Formats: sequence, structure tokens, C-alpha cells
Amino acid sequence: MTLVDHHVADMPGMTLHTIETTKYKTTSLILQIKSPITEEEVTKRALLPYVLQSGTERYPSSKELRGALDGLYGATLGVDLSKKGEYQIITLRMDVANEKFLSDNTPLLDRAFELLSQVLLKPAKQGEGFLPRIVQKEKRSLKQQIESIYDDKMRYANKRLIEEMFDEEPYRFNVYGNEQEVDSITPETLYDYYIKVMKEDEIHLYAVGDVSRNALQELAKKHFVFPQDRMEPKRTSPTGKQRVDEVKEVFEEQEVQQGKLHMGYRTYITYSDPEYLALQVFNGVFGGFSHSKLFMNVREKESLAYYAASRFESHKGIIFVMSGIETKNYEKTVKIINEQLEEIRNGNITDGELEQTKAMIRNQILETVDDSTGLVEVLYHEVVSRHKRTIEEWLEGIQNVTKEQVRDVSQKIQLDTIYFLKGRGE
Amino acid sequence: MEQIHFNQLKETLNHKTLPNGLKVYILEKKDFNKTYATFTTHYGSVDNHFVPLGKEEKVKVPDGIAHFLEHKLFEKEHGDVFQDFSKQGASANAFTTFNRTAYLFSTTGDVEKNLTTLIDFVQAPYFTEKTVEKEKGIIGQEIRMYDDNPDWRVYFGLIANMYKNHPVAIDIAGTVESIAKITKDDLYECYNTFYHPSNMLLFIVGPIDAEKIMGLVEKNQAGKDYNDQPPIERFFDEEPAEPANRKEVLHMPVQTPKCYMGYKEKRPQRSGKDLLVRELSINLLLEIMFGKSTKNYEKLYEEGLIDPSFSFDYTEEMGFGFSMIGGDTTDPDTFAQRISEMVNEFKQKTLNEEDLERARKKKIGSFLRALNSPEFIANQFTRYEFNEMNLFDVIPTFEELTVKQLQDALNDHFEESQLTVCQVKKKQS
Repeated sequence: MTLVDHHVADMPGMTLHTIETTKYKTTSLILQIKSPITEEEVTKRALLPYVLQSGTERYPSSKELRGALDGLYGATLGVDLSKKGEYQIITLRMDVANEKFLSDNTPLLDRAFELLSQVLLKPAKQGEGFLPRIVQKEKRSLKQQIESIYDDKMRYANKRLIEEMFDEEPYRFNVYGNEQEVDSITPETLYDYYIKVMKEDEIHLYAVGDVSRNALQELAKKHFVFPQDRMEPKRTSPTGKQRVDEVKEVFEEQEVQQGKLHMGYRTYITYSDPEYLALQVFNGVFGGFSHSKLFMNVREKESLAYYAASRFESHKGIIFVMSGIETKNYEKTVKIINEQLEEIRNGNITDGELEQTKAMIRNQILETVDDSTGLVEVLYHEVVSRHKRTIEEWLEGIQNVTKEQVRDVSQKIQLDTIYFLKGRGE
Repeated sequence: MEQIHFNQLKETLNHKTLPNGLKVYILEKKDFNKTYATFTTHYGSVDNHFVPLGKEEKVKVPDGIAHFLEHKLFEKEHGDVFQDFSKQGASANAFTTFNRTAYLFSTTGDVEKNLTTLIDFVQAPYFTEKTVEKEKGIIGQEIRMYDDNPDWRVYFGLIANMYKNHPVAIDIAGTVESIAKITKDDLYECYNTFYHPSNMLLFIVGPIDAEKIMGLVEKNQAGKDYNDQPPIERFFDEEPAEPANRKEVLHMPVQTPKCYMGYKEKRPQRSGKDLLVRELSINLLLEIMFGKSTKNYEKLYEEGLIDPSFSFDYTEEMGFGFSMIGGDTTDPDTFAQRISEMVNEFKQKTLNEEDLERARKKKIGSFLRALNSPEFIANQFTRYEFNEMNLFDVIPTFEELTVKQLQDALNDHFEESQLTVCQVKKKQS
């Protein structure tokens, strides 16, 4: 038995992925819309999904649209923005109760498909633009969302690190766009951009639930009818430095109780590379778990922090380290973190560390696919990287990674930028 | 072993209370990879005033001790139990709330071994002066992290506004000063009082064989020596019905202000079916008043007073309860004024069947969605059980609620005298 019954079908205008499973009491429909992230479009693209989820031709206000969703036993409609490599991805997600678990038998799924397709394909319009009332509201809300990054100091420090580290690469743009550009967007310019998205972007629909593949395909065919003149989607390959000559150190001061230390490393390895699995194991030995070197040394041994961890971005090939520390411990902490990387470079990895890391990664992958959002996230890696790796291959590949491979990967990795948000006057 | 069938949900829950008093619940989820287990004591940050096991006099313990104990229980003579779990392919964690401390793991590997590790580590404390001291630095940084988080501060600030005497107003993790006082003897005293099996619940959910797992737990517990424990005596000072403080403004380095407001429950003494009806009724009312498909939500959004961070909730446990409504807002004072106007307006009108039906359906759908998550089931089931409710009664209770019940809850709960506000505003530097 395979772990995931994943079937892919090309349809006019989009690719349909069906995953049949009896795990859930609801059915999830997840649309992923992908395009390269660019300075000209990043803010419009950030605004677009919020406008789309605020009204359709039939339900031209958020209130009416939400009322229709409530009627479908509280089907949820949500949007999300993410950056994978140098793509800015829009996610529209609908989740609807499976009729099997309800005492009344209204056919909910057909109506959910219809509603989601209308959110994407039949937005509320006025003349050649979106409804000004909706655009106005969502512009204000987007500005507020951008501002709120500043209020969450961990997110803010991460954003600042990325801006500093990738100052000459498209990866520097935040998925929510630029606050200064929001005002200049009009209902018409946004609608023009929407037409372009519908023509040029790569669109995938994932349907996950206890419903037969045939039924899902029929519903997708019935409701998702795209304009005829679709173009071949644009692709981008990651740009970026191939070597770090000097580590950049950036300090900023704010009135905070705890300093936020964020460090960015270039690995030069992405999802489609053969060394990707060794990179994943490296990250686990370095800072991915509570047995990792960062946690053991920064927290357990030295009591410097509550959290000290690393995570990696699969499509840009970046590792981020983060820790919350007292401002006066900055140098000591950076030194300890550097030493941990050096340890791995010298091949100082115990059998225990390696085996524990592999067991944890295996566990993590299997747990992720238990959740429909996590599952789609995992499957979508294939779309972004154009590289196929089944869950089984992934698990087996991790098992086969050797200490030497982890050491080799660690020797390629280079620290690029250190960003430290420190307390005032310290 | 007792089997409880929930036909509409197609779930069967297995249950047994062991001779030492431990309650064990097992839910088979054959399609999942993951098994998730929680071992929870009915003891949290509010239990700071009690008679220790085997003593006559009541004591008051330092703020933050339940959470401190949670951290320290992982450390043993041989090292850190976190490591034992990860060697066995499981990830472990723990959390402390106002009245629960939960230890948990999830694994896709060896369930029996990890379950044994979970039970054994929680039932074998090992505290020393040295390890207690070491933890103070780590928890100190955890406290600082939350100090910098405006969402956390405004939420707990609102609760602190409400309560004059009840310890729910105290930070769960305590303060750097309060945890400095904690000693290993304090930890043992709390542990011995609150970690007896009769005060605990074990929940396991995953692709497991219920019979076999129950056998393992029974055998494990039969091998340990526990004396019967008398009921725990906990003390809470008398709490006035009305909020201690009507308004609090916190100044922090933020760009977007925040405003949370809440109605303090006057008689938070419910349990069982009464509590379930109460929680679901107030949550339905909040949905009818402020849900995304309501006129109020639309107005607030158009007036520029809310954004997608807007949320509301009602919660009640023995001794404290409140509703809360809030989020990011550009104008926290107008926000507070508008919300309270809208509540008052709503109270003037009569509730209609149609609104109730809409909100009811929505809530049932969300509950089904929540049941996709083994974590939700284990954590919430435990919370419900400690309050003598059953998680699986939620849908039938939603279906039974009447307009009359909602009307009564509306008039009783949303009283102007119970209202309090907490705001975060931009710090002028």
C-alpha cells in the first residue's frame, strides 16, 4: 500500500491532483497559483487573493459570500501567500464537511466546488475593474497586515535578515508586498493584473478527502472552466551569489526585552539536487530538533535561550538560525553557533545524533502527510522544483544518508548575514 | 474496558478507570500514520494555594511553579527524556495552562515503547538544586519572549483586568522574580500533591489496537506502588462578580494598536452539561453577533476598525470564565465603543430562528473539521473531562439548543457592568 494515493490529471487551464483518503471528516480543495516574484507585481499579487475572497458575481459582498459558506455547514474559505524559492504563491483553500457525518444530506461538495470556482473565475466586477468598495477595504487591511509584521519581533527580525541578505535578489521581497505601493493600486489596475494571472500563471487544484477520484474529476471539469487563451507558465531559476566573501553583520535597536538573533546561510542546494536529503539531515543535526547541536549547546548547556533552532528553505537553498537571547550575550551565542557548524564540518557527528535525526525526520514526514494542508505542501514541492520524489523515496533516501555526506554538505554551507535586533541602550 | 460508540461520527472510544484512579481513554484511528498521546494532570497555574499531601496546613507556592515543574520533569539522573523520545522516533512536548499540565508525544514508530517512556517519566520525578537553578535562565528567556509579544500581553492583560483575587490573573510562567524563589522541595511538594494517578488522565489516539494498549497501561500501573489519596484541598479567595479594572492601556513598540474586550462571567461555577450548554450558547451568540457573514462584521470592516486578525471566544472553567472580542485595530477607542454599542443593540432585538440555524450549521461544520486533528481530540477531550463534559456531546448539544436558551444566556452574560477593555498602543519614543 502506498502512503498517499496521489493522482494527477491535466485539465484545460489547470492540473488536478486527487488524493483519496478516509482520514478526514471534511473535504479540502486547495488551489495553488504560482508566478515568479517581481518588484512590479509583488504588492498587487498580495492584494489579489483578499479581493477575490471578498465577493463573486453572485455574492458581491463579503457578507453574502460568507453567508453562502455558512449555509454549506460552515465551509471555510481562506487565502494564503507564500514564497517558495523565487515564486510568490497564492493559495485559495476551501474546506467542507463530508455529508457522511451529518444528519441532513444536502449535497455539499458540488456546491463547494461551484463556489470556489466562482471565487477564482467569476469575481464581483464593476466596469473594467473589481468593486471599488472591496478594493478599498482590502487595501487598508493589507497595509495593516504589513505593519503587523513589525509588531511580532521574531517575524520582523526574519524579514529584516532576508532584506539584508538578499538585497540584490528577488527573494528579498516580502510576500505581502510593499506598504508604500498599496495606495497606487486601483480596481482597474488590479483587475488587469488578475486577467494576466488567469492567462499566464501555473494553477494546480488539490482535492483531498473521502470522495472517489472520478467524482472529484467530474466536479472539477464541471465547475473549473478557464478562458481559452492560456499561455505557457513562466518559470524562474533561483539567482544569487555563488560565494560569500564577507559575512554581513547588521544591528538594529528597539525597545525589546529580548534580543532576536537571526543568521542566514547559503547552502547552494535545493529540492531537486541529489544532496537535498543530506542537507535535510544536516539541518536536523545542526538545529532542527531538540537533540540538535544548537538546542543542546545554546539552551541546555549554557542556558542562554529558550529557543535556538535552524530551519531551511527548500527552493532557495537557505538555512536560517534563530534564537532569543539577552543583548549582552550576543557575542557568546554567535560564537557557540559558529562552533556547532565547525563541529559538523570536522565530521564530529555521533552515531546517536545521526540516527536520532533520521528517526525524527522520518517521523516528521509521516506526520505531515496526516494533515491535508501538510500533505499538499509536501506534494507541491514537486511542482515548484519540477522534480518528482515520492514519499517512499524520500523516506528511503533519508535512511541512506551517511555521516560523510552530511559533513560534505556542511563544508559547502556559508554564513552570509547576521541580523541582531537588540534592546535599547544595551 | 468500556466502549462508547458515537455512530454519527463513526468513532468508538475505549475507556477504563484503573484501580489507582488513572483514567485511560483510547481512540483508534486506523488511517493515520501518527499516534498521539497526552498524559495530563488536573493541575495548572491557578492551583497555587492548597494543603500539601500528608500535611495539615495550607501553603501558597511561588507564581509559575506548575510551569517550572513541567520543564523540570523532563530531566532525569541519566539526562533529558526529550532525547529518549527522539531516539525512539517520537517528538515529545508539554504545556501548562490555567488548570492543566500535559505531557505528550507523537510518533509514527514504536508506540508501546514511547508510551511506556511517557508514563514512566511523568511518574518518576528527579529534581536537584543544580538542575533547578539551571532552568531559571531558560525560563527567564521564555518569559522575556512573551513580554515582547503584544498579542500575548493584550490577551493576558484582559484577564488580569477581570480578576482581583483569582490566580487566573497571574502569568502562567510567573515572573523572573517569582521563579527565582522556587526550590527543589517546592517542586516535590507540588508534584506529590497533584501528580497522583487519580488526578490524571491518559489519552491515546492513532492507528493502534485499543485492547493491547490498554493491557500495556494496566500492567505498567499495576507495577507501581500508589496509596489511595484523599481529595486535594485547593483554596481560592472570594472573587467579586465585577471586573477588577475597567480599562488598561499597555504601551509597546508596535505599529498597529490592539484592542481586546471581554465580559466577565458572574457565576463561573458550572460543570458538566450546564457548562457545555453555556459555552456553546455564548459561542453561538458571538457568531450571530460578530461572525464574518454578519452586518456587524461588514460594518466594522468598512469602518476600518477591524482586519482579518479579529476574533472572539468564550471560555469557562471552575472559578473563572469570560468572553473576549478583539484584534488589531487602527483606532482602539472607537473599536471598544462600537463593539459595546453593537452588543447593546443586539440585546434590544429578539433573536431569530434563521440566524441561530445559520450559526449552528457553521459551528457543527467547524467542529467536524477540528476532529480531523488527533491533537485537538486528545487535548480537548481531556479539558472537557476535567470539567465533567464529554467532547463527543458537542454536536448533539448544538442541535438541541433553543432560541430561549440563547436569549437567557444573552441577557445574563453580556452586561455592561461586566465589561472590561485592554489595549496595546504605540509607545512614543
